[in-house]
Amino acid sequence: MKLSHVFRVFVVLALFVVQVVQAEQITPVQSEVAADNALLLNELISARSTSDKKNLINLIANSNFPQRAKVLSALQDGDLYYTKADEQLVYAFSHPDGYQIASVIDGEKLGVIGSRKVRKISINNELRTVLRGVLAELSLRSDDVAVRLSAAKDLIRSPSPEFLHAIERAKAVEINKKVLASLNIATAMINLNSEEQVLRLDAIESFRGTLDSDAMSILAAMQLKDSEGNYLEQDDLVRESAAAVLSEMRGEAEMYKLVENVFFGLSLGSVLLLTAVGLAITFGVMGVINMAHGEMMMLGAYTTYVIQLLMPNYIDYSIVVAIPAAFLVSGLVGIIIERGVIRHLYGRPLETLLATFGVSLILQQAVRSIFSPLNKSVSAPSWLSGSWEINGALSLTYNRLYIIIFSLVVLLMLVFLLKKTFVGLQMRAVTQNRAMANSMGIRTGWVDALTFGLGSGVAGIAGVALSQLTNVGPNLGQSYIIDSFMVVVFGGVGNLFGTFFAAMSLGVANKFLEPFAGAVLAKIFVLVFIILFIQWRPRGLFALKGRSVED
Amino acid sequence: MKSPKSIKAFAKHSSIVLAAATLSLSASIAQAADTIKVGVLHSLSGTMAISETTLKDTVLMLIEDQNKKGGILGKKLEAVVVDPASNWPLFAEKAKELLDKDKVDVIFGCWTSVSRKSVLPVIEELNGLMFYPVQYEGEESSKNVFYTGAAPNQQAIPAVDYLMSEAGGSVKRWVLAGTDYVYPRTTNKILESYLKSKGVAEKDIMINYTPFGHSDWQTIVSDIKKFGSQGKKTAVVSTINGDANVPFYKELANQGMSAEDIPVVAFSVGEEELSGFDTGPLVGHLAAWNYFMSADAEVNDEFIDKWIAYIGDDKRVTNDPMEATYIGFNMWVKAVEKAKTTDVDKVSSALIGISVPNLTGGVATMLPNHHLTKPVLIGEIQENGQFDIVWQTEGAVPGDAWTDFLPESAKLIADWQDPKIMCGNYNTETKKCSGQNY
Repeated sequence: MKLSHVFRVFVVLALFVVQVVQAEQITPVQSEVAADNALLLNELISARSTSDKKNLINLIANSNFPQRAKVLSALQDGDLYYTKADEQLVYAFSHPDGYQIASVIDGEKLGVIGSRKVRKISINNELRTVLRGVLAELSLRSDDVAVRLSAAKDLIRSPSPEFLHAIERAKAVEINKKVLASLNIATAMINLNSEEQVLRLDAIESFRGTLDSDAMSILAAMQLKDSEGNYLEQDDLVRESAAAVLSEMRGEAEMYKLVENVFFGLSLGSVLLLTAVGLAITFGVMGVINMAHGEMMMLGAYTTYVIQLLMPNYIDYSIVVAIPAAFLVSGLVGIIIERGVIRHLYGRPLETLLATFGVSLILQQAVRSIFSPLNKSVSAPSWLSGSWEINGALSLTYNRLYIIIFSLVVLLMLVFLLKKTFVGLQMRAVTQNRAMANSMGIRTGWVDALTFGLGSGVAGIAGVALSQLTNVGPNLGQSYIIDSFMVVVFGGVGNLFGTFFAAMSLGVANKFLEPFAGAVLAKIFVLVFIILFIQWRPRGLFALKGRSVED
Repeated sequence: MKSPKSIKAFAKHSSIVLAAATLSLSASIAQAADTIKVGVLHSLSGTMAISETTLKDTVLMLIEDQNKKGGILGKKLEAVVVDPASNWPLFAEKAKELLDKDKVDVIFGCWTSVSRKSVLPVIEELNGLMFYPVQYEGEESSKNVFYTGAAPNQQAIPAVDYLMSEAGGSVKRWVLAGTDYVYPRTTNKILESYLKSKGVAEKDIMINYTPFGHSDWQTIVSDIKKFGSQGKKTAVVSTINGDANVPFYKELANQGMSAEDIPVVAFSVGEEELSGFDTGPLVGHLAAWNYFMSADAEVNDEFIDKWIAYIGDDKRVTNDPMEATYIGFNMWVKAVEKAKTTDVDKVSSALIGISVPNLTGGVATMLPNHHLTKPVLIGEIQENGQFDIVWQTEGAVPGDAWTDFLPESAKLIADWQDPKIMCGNYNTETKKCSGQNY
């Protein structure tokens, strides 16, 4: 008994000693590895050619450097620099006095350094493609579905056999259907370059029904011939199979292209609707030709810019705040114009036209003097950027989609205002018979001002939408005033439904003509069509009784 | 009646005063005649003000600098600034005013090709001297104009060469997108001919023009996407001018077209234009110029420091037309010192062969066709509105006024040095000078 007890103690002691010795042995090995990584990373500083940098990127990705994803990501984002003085690799983030740097090797913060004392490790588009694939492989194991999906998509665009293993591993545990579909396409893209014909044919078959544009591109590349007239793709069976799948995919894609064209037409129509509906109210209901309508939109766009200046950390909410603000700003300016200028020119359309033209010039110059003649940049909130990918062939940009919905909401609210509220009732009464309305006790002067203010306010809201689509500058209004008048005249003076119909049909017609005639000619054809239409039906599509009729 | 004595005294007194007055007046006239007048013909208002005002400031800064060194030929330089307000006929009127009324010895001016074409007849008739600092479409070489900006073979052609090379992505399909006016139309004509001469098939070239300020790019970007997914690497060569660039790049980003898939190389987007954009969606896209603010040269660092100190705003940028103005001004100073006079004809012949340092660490030389030798740089747009230089030519490329890629122009040369030629559009086949060309 005593012996076994001693023996046990001896064994424990021995194990303990062995562990301590091993632990001491681990540290020198670990520091060797760390030194290797440091040498490898520092080679980035001296690497000059694209192929050298490409090799280094792959070596870093396959190394065991714990922050390899971080350093490669920094390289991709342009945040990787080195200090000129002691050639140390650093992360650099902008600071008022230059850059705030931290060492890459050990993460130590090194303070602030002047911008001329560091040099960026530069990359080009080719290296960006490599980095994308490498980082995608590293991100395949992320917990975030969005990160995994974008990683899978990146791998489709940079398919390389070395990722196959990682993709298979990821597929085995993937539960999200979209990510799985993308991973399957990525696998197929890699297998297309395989040596075995069976794998290649399977890959081609798997593309059927996916409508993936990268896949279509690769299949199309297989049909190409080299300078001697020989097919680049030697294997006939593979090539013909690719051709069959490609033509099927293309046929499906054509149908979706039509849908996309209709979407483009509707989005152009919604912009036309927003810009014209305010004019429909003032021109249609009041008979006032307002040449300053474009400047109301411009003021709305500048309001968005100012709101974004006031809340720089909340860009995502800035649009929501800007909409009522723009309505108020443009509405107030509209009321001032009505009370100050137009009221005195009631019944004299030519003078109104000239006077409002003068007002538009004054407004343009005022904005130039207050802000500057240069364009101002309005940022797009994150929920308005990018597009909604319905499938491989159809993706709708969010900003256009929201603007279509927004314009319909604005239209419905206006219809509601005019038909169901007391203010709207007064407006319609004054339109139909001013004298009668006056004798009923309606204060026609104020109704005039409010109507004009409403039209201008809606133009201001249109300006908020336009700030997301085009440049915000003093000349913004000039680009849209002609289109607005075109829509109102075509749709019928005074009729909101007519404006809606005219805007949408003109937008769709313009977009369907564009592929055949080009942007400039398409516009010209639409204009000529409207001129001819007005000869036949001077009142427009849906004419309504307005003051202009009585005059 | 005054006594004869007092009249005499009065006459003596007044004649002394008169003599003194005449002396001082002539002294001041002589003083005024002792400055050399430099005309500045750039738009300070209107659509082009954004681009041109900075060039006016550059010339003023260079004049101030030269005056600190003692002026030229012992005389100080005096700037005469006029504002043609982006109005092309007004450019011609203001040029006439500068030459006739103000009697300037040199003009630094113009930006758009239209403004330059308007000014040409005036300065050729009045024998003025103008330095034109902006990249343009070529097809011109006037006796009275020195072109310090890039000709197509110093910007457009090298950019296409870069894209065709492996470093640029081995591009096989091309989209030539431009704004609808003279410069993009001519440049695209040249590029189309060049691409075809390099074996690019007609079906691999897509050409598209849009009006100034075009904002609805949905269809065009969608078409570019479709054109680019036929299996061959595609690139867009953009001669889109002005603020139409903003919605164009935004639409590219929104439709998911990144610079790695279909790179866009622009010829009219520089640091000044980028300072007004939200550069997020543009990162990775390219531009081709002969100078970038990020060029690594000591002489460039000095120039930037001087500029920021002069303009008093450290957010201001430098760009290619500013470098061209700098080169033009220094060449003119050197030529005047060489010719020992400001006479236009003597200075013009002294200018040919003059070399001055450029701001990228090399040297610019004035050629007999009134164009410069310039290096070509390709830069990638960065988040901060600066360019990262990804490629540049080995040495400087000599400017070719008459492109070799259009049959009518290939046989023309410009030579203002050879006494047997002395012509801006000499036909080498018929051996005749084709006369004025504007």
